Amino acid sequence: MSSLSRRAAMGGALGLLAAPAILHAQPAGGVKIGLIAVQTGPQAALGTQLRDGFLMGLRHLNGRLGGLTAETVMIDDELKPDVAVTKVRTALERDRCDFIVGVVFSNILQAIVRPVTEANTFLISTNAGPSPLAGRGCNPFFFATSYNNDQVHAVIGQVCEDQGYRRVFVLVPNYQAGRDAVAGFKSRFKGEVVDEVYVPLTQLDFAAELSKIAAARPDAIFTFMPGGLGVNLVRQYRQAGLANIPFLSTFTVDEAVLPAQQDAAVGFFSGSNWAPNMDNAANRRFVADFEAAFNYVPASYAAQAYDGAMMLNSAIRRAGGRLADKDALRAGLRAADFTSVRGNFKIGANHFPVQDFWLTRVAKRADGKFQTEIVRKVLENNVDPWVAECRMR
Amino acid sequence: MPRLRLDVALTLLVLVALALAPFIGLGANHYLTMFARMMILAASAVSLSFLVGGAGLASLGHAAAMGVGAYAVAILDAHRLTDITIVLPVAIAAAASFSLLTGAIAIRTEGVNFIMITLAFGQMAFFTASSLAAYGGDDGYTMYDRTEMFGSRLMENRLFFHYLCLGFLVLCWGFCAMLLASRFGRVLRAARENPLRAEAAGFAPYPYRLLAYVIAGTLVGLAGVLFANATEFVAPAYMSWQRSGELIFMVILGGLGRLSGAILGAVLFVMLETWLPNLTAHWKMIFGPLLILAVLFMRGGLIGFLGTRRG
Amino acid sequence: MSTGLFLVQALNGLQLGILLFLVAAGLTLVFGVMDFINLAHGVQYMLGAYLGAALAAATGSFWLGLLLALPAALIFGLLLEVLIFRHLYDRDHLSQVLATFGVILFLNEAVKAIWGAAPLQVPVPALLEGGVVLMPGLQYPLYRIAVLCAGIATALGLWFLVECTRLGMLVRAGATNAPMVSALGVDIRRLFMLVFAFGAMLAGFAGALAGPIFSVEPGMGDHVLILAFVVIVVGGIGSIRGAFIAAVIVGLTDTLGKSLMPDLMRLFLDPSAARQTGAALASMLVYIAMAAILAFRPRGLFPARSG
Repeated sequence: MSSLSRRAAMGGALGLLAAPAILHAQPAGGVKIGLIAVQTGPQAALGTQLRDGFLMGLRHLNGRLGGLTAETVMIDDELKPDVAVTKVRTALERDRCDFIVGVVFSNILQAIVRPVTEANTFLISTNAGPSPLAGRGCNPFFFATSYNNDQVHAVIGQVCEDQGYRRVFVLVPNYQAGRDAVAGFKSRFKGEVVDEVYVPLTQLDFAAELSKIAAARPDAIFTFMPGGLGVNLVRQYRQAGLANIPFLSTFTVDEAVLPAQQDAAVGFFSGSNWAPNMDNAANRRFVADFEAAFNYVPASYAAQAYDGAMMLNSAIRRAGGRLADKDALRAGLRAADFTSVRGNFKIGANHFPVQDFWLTRVAKRADGKFQTEIVRKVLENNVDPWVAECRMR
Repeated sequence: MPRLRLDVALTLLVLVALALAPFIGLGANHYLTMFARMMILAASAVSLSFLVGGAGLASLGHAAAMGVGAYAVAILDAHRLTDITIVLPVAIAAAASFSLLTGAIAIRTEGVNFIMITLAFGQMAFFTASSLAAYGGDDGYTMYDRTEMFGSRLMENRLFFHYLCLGFLVLCWGFCAMLLASRFGRVLRAARENPLRAEAAGFAPYPYRLLAYVIAGTLVGLAGVLFANATEFVAPAYMSWQRSGELIFMVILGGLGRLSGAILGAVLFVMLETWLPNLTAHWKMIFGPLLILAVLFMRGGLIGFLGTRRG
Repeated sequence: MSTGLFLVQALNGLQLGILLFLVAAGLTLVFGVMDFINLAHGVQYMLGAYLGAALAAATGSFWLGLLLALPAALIFGLLLEVLIFRHLYDRDHLSQVLATFGVILFLNEAVKAIWGAAPLQVPVPALLEGGVVLMPGLQYPLYRIAVLCAGIATALGLWFLVECTRLGMLVRAGATNAPMVSALGVDIRRLFMLVFAFGAMLAGFAGALAGPIFSVEPGMGDHVLILAFVVIVVGGIGSIRGAFIAAVIVGLTDTLGKSLMPDLMRLFLDPSAARQTGAALASMLVYIAMAAILAFRPRGLFPARSG
C-alpha cells in the first residue's frame, strides 16, 4: 500500500471517527446544562433533592432557560473528587455543556472549580459554599445560589447570643465542613464552648458523646450532622432523654432526613435561609408543585436548585440568549433579576448571595409529613464574612 | 505456551492502540483524560499484581501508598516546590518509607490477617491525610500547577502527558516482569507456594517479601505522582480502602498471577466505569451480577477465559 | 472525667461490642469452617435491617417484624449460598472477594431501588420506650439494655451450641480441619450450608436489632463489615470466644478512646487542636490496636486453625 493511499485510508478512518463528534454538536438555539450531584451512596438523597429542585424550575419555565431550549445532562459525582473531575471534563469537552450547575458537597466543588472556570464556563453552585471560594478564591465564572457555609452556622451562634445561652456544647463530624461549622458558630457566639467534640464520618453510635453532653449539662447544644449522621444523632438524643437540652443545629434536621427521624426531631431547631412554609407566592407555588410532582417535602437543596434555574433563566434572557457573550451572562447573573423562593435575594460582590437567615423549628404537618417552619428572622441581608478578601471587580 | 503469548499479545495490542489513539480520532481532551486515568490505574494494578501474584501478598492498602505519592506532590505544591527534580525523589522516598514501615509489621502476618492489617494502615493514612487541614483536609487540595519538568511546563501538554503515562506503564510492566523472571522473583514464588520448603532451602522469606512490598509501594507511589498531575487535585479519598479494593478487582478481573492481566483488568474497569452509567442509573445492579458470573464462569479472570477458548 | 461518666462510657463500649459480636460471630464461623471470605456479610446485616423495618411497617409491630425478619434473612442467606457461594468454596480467596463484592454492589443498589436512597424510619417498640436513669440528666434507653441482653444471650447460646452439642463439635472440628472432617464421613456440604445460613441469620438479627438505633440506609453495612473483620482478625479466625472478646475490646477501645483521646491530647496541644487531633487519633485507635495485637500475635488472640 503506497503511503498516499495509506494516508487516505487514515483520513477516511479519521473522518468516520470524527462523525460522532459532529453529531454531538449542539442544536442551534439550545442551552446545555451539566447538572452535577451525588446520586450513589448514602448521601444520594441530597443529590436527588438538588436534581428534582432544578428540574422543577425547568418545568415552571416550560423547559426553556432565557428563551432557549434547555437540555440537562445528569452527572453523578459519586462523592469521589477525581471521578467528578473526569466526568465534568467529559461534560465540558464532549457534551459541550454551557453551564455546570449543582454540587451538594464542598470537596467535590473544590475539585471541579478549576476545570470548569478555566474552560470559561460558568459554575453555579446550588448548595456547597466553601469559604475559599467566597474569599481569596472568588472567581468571575463562579456563582453560588445557596450561601457561604460559615453563614448558616453563624445563625445559630447569633441565636445562642440572643437567647442568652452562656454554655454551649458543640458536636460536629471531623472533616473540613465540620471544622468550618465550628468556626462559623464561634464567629457570633461569645459565650463558653463547654466542649467541642469531633466524631468520625462513619460514626453510628453516639452513646459516648451523649453521655458527655449529659455530664456537661450545657444550656444548649449546637450540632452539624448531615445525612445519616443526623438521623442517628437525633434518634439517640431523644432516646437518651436529653431532649430538654435545646437542640440547635444546621443541616441536621432538614427535610431530606426528617422522614427517617420523624417524631424524634419535632421541636428541634435549625438555622437556615429557607423553610417550606415561607409565605410568599413564589415559594407557595414551588412547594405545592414540587410535592405534587415528586411526592416528598423539598429541602433547601431543592429550593436553592430551583432558584438556580430561575437565576440562569433571568441571566440568559438579559444576555439576549447569546451564550458566547460571557460578560453579558456574568452581568445577568450578577443582576439576579428573578423572584426567589426566599423572598429577599441579591448577589453580592463575591458572587455569593446576600439574603436573610432564619431560625426554624421541626413540626409535624396535618398530612403527617414533617417539615421545618419559620420561627423568626435572625440575620437580615447578611453578607458572608469573606467578601472583603475577594479581589474580583 | 500459547496461553502466555495470547495475554501478552492482547496487552501489547491494547498498548499500541493507546499509543495510536490520538491519531485515530480519539485525541479529544476528554478521551485523553480517560486514557490517562486508565494507564495510571493500569500501572498501579501491575505493581499490585506483582505483589499479589508474585509474592502472594494481597494488600488492601495499596491505594494508600499511591495517595502518599500524590500527597507528596500536593504538599510540595503548597510550598511552591514544583520542579520534578524535587518532587520525584521526595515522592519516592515518602512512598518507600511508608511501605517499609507498614510492611515491616504487616508481612509478619498472612492470609486474611495480612489483608486486614494492610487495610488498617491504609485507613490510618486516610485519617491522617483527612486531618491535614493545611492541605485541605478531606476537602482535598487543588494544585496550582502541574509538576514542572526542569523548568518547562511540559506536563500540561495533554499529548505529552499521554505518552508520559504510557511510557510509565510500559516501564512498570517491564520492570515487574523482569523482577519476576529473575532469581528474586523465583525466591518470592517459592516462598509463596511453600514457605517451609523455602526456609529449608536457606531463604528467609521475610526480607524478600518486604523488599517486594517496598518496590510495589514505590511504583504505585510514582503512579500517584502522575495521578495528582492528571486530576490536578488530591484528596484523602485517593487512599481509601474502597480504592484499594478497586485495584484488587482490576488485578483479579484480568487474571490472577499475570501482570498483563492487571493491565487488561484496569482498562476494562475504567471502560465499564465510564460507559455503564450511561445505560442506566442503576448500573451497579447489572455490574454486580456480571462480576459474580465472571468469577463463577471465567476462572483465571479475563485471560483464563480467553485462554480456555483458544485451547 | 468522673467515675460516673467513665462507667457509663464503659457500658456504651460494651454495648457497641456486643452488637459487633452479633455481626462478627456469623462471619468468623463462615470463615473458620468454610475458609470463605464473605464480604457480603455486611449487606446481609443491612438486609436484616431493611427486612425488619419493612416487616415492622407492614405488620405494625416491631416484634412481628423482628420475628419474621429472622426466617427471611435465613432464606435469603440460603439463596445466596445455593446460587453463588457454594461454587466458590474451593476457589482462592481473592475470587471469593470479587464475587462477594459483586453481591454487595447488587444489593446496595437493589435496596436503593426498592426503598429509595433516604434513610428509613424504624420506631422503638412501645414496650421498650423510656430508659433507666444512669446519671442525672442521662437516660440509658431500655431498648439498648434489651439489645445488650439479647447479645449476651446469643453469645451464651452460641457458646452452648458450639461447646456442648454434637453439631457444635462438628463446627469446631470443621474450623480446625475441614478436609479431615469430610474424610470422617460427615456430609460437609450440609454442614457448610447450615453454618452459612446460621451466620446469615445472625447478621440479619443484628441488623434488625440495630434498626431503631442506627440509620437504615443503603451502604449501612459497609463500615460495620470493616469493624467485623477487625474483630474476627483480632479474635482469631474461627473462634467464637475470640470474636466475643475481640468485639468487646474493639467496642471499649473505640468508645473510651473517643472520650479520652481529646483529653489526652490536651496535655500536649491547645484545646481546639487537641480536640481535632484527639478525634482523628480516636478514629484510628481501633486500627492501631489491631496492628499492635497482630504484631505480637500474627494469628489473632485465639486462633482456631491448626497448622
